Amino acid sequence: MWTRLKRLYHKMGSPKWFYEITTRWSKWFMAVGSILMLTGVVWGLAFAPADYLQGNSFRIIYIHVPASLLSQSAYIMMAVAGLVGLVWNMKMSFVVGKVIAPIGASLAILSLLTGAIWGKPTWGTWWVWDARLTSMLILLFLYFGVIAIYNAIENDEMANKAAAVLSIVGSINIPVIKYSVEWWNTLHQSATITLTKKPTMAPEMFIPLMLTILGFYCWFAVWVFARTRNEILFKERKTNWVKKLLQNGHKKTTGAQL
Amino acid sequence: MFFDDFSSFLAMGGHGLYVWLSYSLAAVIVAINFISPVLTRKKIIKDIERQLRREQK
Amino acid sequence: MLMALLKRDLLLAFRSRGDLLNPLMFFMMVASLFPLAVSPDPQFLGTIAAGVIWVGALLATLLSLDLMFKSDYEDGSLEQMLLMPQPAMLMVLVKVLVHWLVAGLPLAFIAPLLGLMLGLPNGGFMPLVLSLLLATPILSLLGAIGAGLTVGLRKGGMLMPLLILPLYIPVLIFASSSVQAGVQGSDYLGHMAFLGAYLALTLVVAPVAAAAALRISLAR
Repeated sequence: MWTRLKRLYHKMGSPKWFYEITTRWSKWFMAVGSILMLTGVVWGLAFAPADYLQGNSFRIIYIHVPASLLSQSAYIMMAVAGLVGLVWNMKMSFVVGKVIAPIGASLAILSLLTGAIWGKPTWGTWWVWDARLTSMLILLFLYFGVIAIYNAIENDEMANKAAAVLSIVGSINIPVIKYSVEWWNTLHQSATITLTKKPTMAPEMFIPLMLTILGFYCWFAVWVFARTRNEILFKERKTNWVKKLLQNGHKKTTGAQL
Repeated sequence: MFFDDFSSFLAMGGHGLYVWLSYSLAAVIVAINFISPVLTRKKIIKDIERQLRREQK
Repeated sequence: MLMALLKRDLLLAFRSRGDLLNPLMFFMMVASLFPLAVSPDPQFLGTIAAGVIWVGALLATLLSLDLMFKSDYEDGSLEQMLLMPQPAMLMVLVKVLVHWLVAGLPLAFIAPLLGLMLGLPNGGFMPLVLSLLLATPILSLLGAIGAGLTVGLRKGGMLMPLLILPLYIPVLIFASSSVQAGVQGSDYLGHMAFLGAYLALTLVVAPVAAAAALRISLAR
């Protein structure tokens, strides 16, 4: 068992192996993710019943909640990748952490935008300092910090390690931030209706939500793999396997890159 | 189907603007996430091939 | 050894008194911008005073963080300190302590003055000073991480607020609402307990993280 794990670990650390295995996995994640998203979105938009309080505007939930959830867990994933990189000095782990940052930030932006749009019919204004939206905004700021580090530090290895430290500290702080923002929100009672209220959701509303959440996760994997493979190609451009890969069947690989 | 006809599906009971605006923003952000690694990849491959050709000369 | 470092750093800090006063002057200026920008009405100022003073304290701390490791980095003594037999995190703790003594603690003393100028109701003074005393060490501790990460960078001064401000938000929330609670005459011990807990957490995490950050920054 232990030796097997160890072997897997060493394989994961090899860029070539990572490149090849994710090329294969990506197709499956893409296919499954697209089916889930398509079903979830069509179901959510056209078949799920309207919410008795919010009417049809609640259908925004099928993108708002997956985007919020995913961007939060992406931050944690980034921190874990950074921790693995720092502790075991694993280069591939740093690469994965690096490519997650812009994707996670884009999802945080999507969550904020859809939250604001959803707020307009619900609360009457585009922006309310609701607890969840506020914590999301702070999460976006945390992403900004990590991205700013990558932009500011030219040395790759140093940037990776610095961003890893920052994302670890950030993820330790996320629970404290969430708790304090929620506490602050109950103190001021700004929004009486919370946008998403899961426990009361009917199954025909809830199942499509599960589908889009899972679909978003699959697509997220595809995005991370695609960006990681780009980083690998660039880093390993002088090696023989990359040269060989490009010489025989570059056409084929461009077709199968997603 | 929850809606009676296609136009009421588009109208979303008066909330059409909000729903469709959200979904189109999602489509844009998803599309960016799909397309940008493809573009980066093309650029990287072009750079590597140029490098290889230079080396062969 | 660490005591010697503490003495040396305090001496250095007091030699350059100008640097020491800059954050304080900045703090006062920021606070006096609000009556000019919004309204000099004492009633209104009293309601926002807690928030204004606390935001000012955050910004003033950010301004002074740049100095935490900079001069030691520039003359190369920081590298020597990392080579000391004592763990690097203790060295960081000394640096944090010095930063707090010269930049954080004075804020707590000058804040009541600003409270007077901004018409802070009487009940707010006690929690204001208490919260500053409890929470400015948190600002210095978290700031050490940012200072460690950006110490070798030319554009570090611009980068630091981006990295550190989101981490300051829990402090801002609890500290300024403790003042508000004091103004309303309600109990603010709960807020202080939270700040104390957050201080304990950062006291554990921040020196380790800042020491790691310094190692990374100096590895080139």
